[in-house]
Order: sequence, then structure tokens, then C-alpha cells
Amino acid sequence: MASKKMEALGSVVERVLGDKLVSSTLALDELTIVCKAADLTDVATTLRDHAELSFEQLIDLCGMDYSAYRDEPWDGPRFAAVYHLLSLKHNVRIRLRVFAEDDSFPLLASVNPIWNAANWFEREAFDLYGIVFEGHPDLRRILTDYGFVGHPFRKDFPLSGHVEMRYDPTQQRVIYQPVTIEPREITPRIIREENYGG
Amino acid sequence: MAEIRNYTLNFGPQHPAAHGVLRLVLELDGEVIQRADPHIGLLHRGTEKLAESKTFIQSLPYMDRLDYVSMMCNEHAYCLAIEKLLQIEVPLRAQYIRVMFAEITRILNHLLWIGAHAIDIGAMTMFLYAFREREDLMDCYEAVSGARMHAAYFRPGGVYRDLPDSMPQYTVSKIKNAKELARLNEGRKGSMLDFIDDFTKRFPTYVDEYETLLTDNRIWKQRTVDIGVVSPERAKNLGFSGPMLRGSGIEWDLRKKQPYDVYDRLDFDIPVGKKGDSYDRYLVRVEEMRQSNRIIQQCVAWLRDNPGPVITDNHKVAPPSREGMKSNMEDLIHHFKLFTEGMHVPEGEAYAAVEHPKGEFGIYLVSDGANKPYRLKIRAPGFAHLAALNEMATGHMIADVVAIIGTQDIVFGEIDR
Repeated sequence: MASKKMEALGSVVERVLGDKLVSSTLALDELTIVCKAADLTDVATTLRDHAELSFEQLIDLCGMDYSAYRDEPWDGPRFAAVYHLLSLKHNVRIRLRVFAEDDSFPLLASVNPIWNAANWFEREAFDLYGIVFEGHPDLRRILTDYGFVGHPFRKDFPLSGHVEMRYDPTQQRVIYQPVTIEPREITPRIIREENYGG
Repeated sequence: MAEIRNYTLNFGPQHPAAHGVLRLVLELDGEVIQRADPHIGLLHRGTEKLAESKTFIQSLPYMDRLDYVSMMCNEHAYCLAIEKLLQIEVPLRAQYIRVMFAEITRILNHLLWIGAHAIDIGAMTMFLYAFREREDLMDCYEAVSGARMHAAYFRPGGVYRDLPDSMPQYTVSKIKNAKELARLNEGRKGSMLDFIDDFTKRFPTYVDEYETLLTDNRIWKQRTVDIGVVSPERAKNLGFSGPMLRGSGIEWDLRKKQPYDVYDRLDFDIPVGKKGDSYDRYLVRVEEMRQSNRIIQQCVAWLRDNPGPVITDNHKVAPPSREGMKSNMEDLIHHFKLFTEGMHVPEGEAYAAVEHPKGEFGIYLVSDGANKPYRLKIRAPGFAHLAALNEMATGHMIADVVAIIGTQDIVFGEIDR
């Protein structure tokens, strides 16, 4: 499954990043590397500027919350940011995952100076997961409402939310109130053992 | 002398040129933009969070509602991501059907874009012309899936059903006389492929009509040439993709560079701009419509000669036939399990991207082995483009902001998700 091109990329990444690389996995012909939060700026700069890598585009940046993974207690840091990089020169992609060390105040360095595309993506990850990006010029909420409380994509945030909005005829204005609907799950979430059902 | 200060202007969210629900806070010096701050999220529905509580197949119709002018392309990326994790083969005929509909969708999207962009900067006629052709393509959507917009036609493992043998016909009404009816139904006598074939023969002349109206039009050029110039270096750094990147002179198209489905078997060219202004992006998109037309013609020719299955026979992923379900115990069990519990996708993560009409549309899917995704991230091209609005609009006049929003081809369904 894994092509020669991706294996070659894997060995280049291993050589160039050296001990800054925590792990590197090649699965489904996609290379995923993990680095420490402290090394993020260095690793990102190397990935962009090294001639054999030259990942000049940040395609995507997203937050992750691993706390409910496999419905088991998660061992290790809960929040991570996942960066998808693309090299137009070599026509390859790479995925970089960085875990934020502190679960109560997840903090990562901003890659906005390296790829300006990160600006809104980091705002989105902050808004939805509460990951703070140090050095970001304008870390405001982006997708949720003005004055929204909480980070809605965290696994402990209910799907139906905490407040709902309605027009109150007595006060003649729109008010917020605690949600009145019960969350319901029509199809339960199931993880089967391997090779279930043949 | 009076003191002159910058002032702030609120544009949208209810403005006809805001392409939906964009709220822009503009800081102006006279009529010149100093800073543009887009406020988005007014259409945020939490698609990614909703997908975490739905089975894989239940989330598919949400994809239509992301970029609601190129519905099937969104489904395409979603299906490719699931197929990558499942590592299943898609029948060749299904791949051709998907590519054909992805290109029909590209024409649909570019037609809406050209109409809306032109109407934003003062050309009313284009909108009417573009919608005339959209009608025919929407009929194809309807004939194949039953819905004119939110099709839910692509499925993991193939497409929902094979192409129909007939096209729906217009019927008599108060506003259509017999002569008009005969004209409208002329191309609809045969199968759906005949109708599409007929359309691809007519379409190049329609594109010529659009170009007659716009390409050498003095007003059009005054409004688009040298507006929103993006250099190739900036375009890369800002995460641009699709026509926005190609307009800046970078030859990059996922259909050629990282081909998916059967794009590597088809013959088409990639148009590239020179200067990176709105006019170049206009030319790129117009040429893309012609190239899409070429691809559709090739798909029609192949599909005529090669009947076959259109969805995988792996019944853990795709339902068995109705006949099988009613006569065969195993098929009945498969059907029941698939529609009550859904498919289980092996643990892992995958990123699948397609060349969406607007740029690179990607789905990052993390599965922990359950019947629902653990995390679904939608990489919307418009999100990166709109983030660069400040840089593109600074220094231009107020009226040019509208031209820049138009050239970015903004749709809020995908940006706000």
C-alpha cells in the first residue's frame, strides 16, 4: 500500500528532524509525524524551508480532543492540533500532530508567522476546542456567537448545548435560557471487536 | 480645516452582495479600505460535531448542505475519505458516473458564480443567461437522484443507483404552448446520457455567449483588471487553492497532480492565469467550464459502452439489492445491520481531498472503529480565501470589495460549516 515516494519522504523527515521527531507513522499512504509542543516552531520552519521538504502550504489546521477515544480513559495529553501540509514542489502531503501538554490550559505556539493561512484556522481551533495559540495576533472567537461561553467541540460539551435563544414577548427582546430539549440518540455508538460478523 | 478621521462601515450580514451572511467591518479612509474584518459564523451549524453523533451514512446528506452550490463535490470528498479508511474498491462505472457528476457540478458552480459576480458589479444579463443553463443541469440532478440540489447521490463504495433510461418531460401548462413544449422536450426524448450529450454539444456556444458579453466588455475590465492582485508567493502562503491559486499563475490541480477516481484516464487541460487579478481568475473559471464540458463528453462516451455495477458488492458498506433482501436470509441481515447500526470503519485516520470548483475541499476523518466518526474535519477552500480578504481588499475602494468577494466565489455553507 505504501508507495516508494512516501517511504522516501519518511526517511528524509527522520534524517532532517532527528531527535525532534517523537514518532512517525506511515498508514494508508499518508505520513503522520508527531513532535513536542516546545519544538513546534522549529519543526514547522524546517518543514517549510528545507529544500527536500518545502511544505509551502498549510492546507488545514484543526483541533482534536482525544478524551473519549475508543470510549476508554485516554492516557496522555487530551488536546492536540493537527496540521496538514502540502508541498507543491514535491507533490506530497504530510500530517503533523502536536499535543498540548496542559489539559486545563492547552497552549501551543502559533504558526501564523510561518504560514499566514494559519490565522483563521487557529482562531477556529481556539473557538471550538479552547487551544490557545501563543503569538497569534488576533485570537478571537470566529464561528460561534458573540459572547458564547465554552468550547463546543470538546467531547464533554453536549450536542444540544447549554443555552437556547427565544423571543420573550413580555420583555420584548430575545433572551437566552437553559435548554429545554432532552438530548436523544437514535443510533447508539458501538465499537465492535475485531472481525465482528466475519 | 475640518479634521478627517477614519470611519467604520458595517457591511452585511443582510446585503445582496454579501453572498449569504457575511458581516464585514470596514475601516475606511474616505472611500479607501484601510482594514476589512470579516465576521463569519452566522451560518455555523456545527456539521462536524453533528457528524460525531451520526453514523457514517447519516452524515452524508450534511455534505450537500456545506457548499450548497456544488453539492456532489462535497459528497465526493466525504466518500473518498471513508473508502480510503475502508480500503474498498469502487466499480469503474461508478467512478465514471462520479467524475461526470463532479464536472456537471463544477459547471453548475461556475455558472452561479459568473451570474452572481456579474450582477454584483453591474451586469444583469449574465445572471439570466447562467440560470438558463443551470436549469438543464439541475434536471440531470433531479433525474438521477430525485432532488434538484441536495442529492445525496454519491455513497461510500459507489453511487446510489445507475443512470435513468429516460428524462422527465415538460407538460402542458398555462405559460407553455405546444410549440414551446416541443422545443423544450426535444433533447429529452432519449436516455439521460443522450440529454447530457446534447447539452455538451450546445454548451460551448453558450460559453461563447458569456464571453461576448464580458471578456472584452470595457466596464467589466474596468471593474476586474488589477483588482485583488495576489502574487504566487502570497497565494501559496495564504493557503489558496483551486482557481484562486491558478489565477496567480501556479499550475496546480488535484485532478492532474493527485488524481482520484478516473481523472487520470481523461484528457483535459488546466488553465492558468498570469497576473493574479480578478480578471485572470474570471478567465480561468470560464476556461474550466469548457474543460469540464470536455470531460463530461468523454465520460458519456465511456458510460454508453460499459454497463456494469455502480456500487460495491461489499454488503458491510453498501446495501444489497431489494430482490436479494426479500429472498435471501443473509442479505436481509446485512440490510438490517447496515440501516440500524451502520457500517464500521476501521480505526485510523485519513485525509481525502478533491478539486472542488472553489479549490481544495478536504475531509479529515478520524475513526476509532465505531459506527460513527470520532472526528470529522472539513477543510473548506472558501475559509482560507475569505481569511485573505483583508489583504486583498486593503487599498482598494469600497466598490471593489464587492468585486473581490465575487472573485473569491464565497459560499457560506462551507465557510461556517
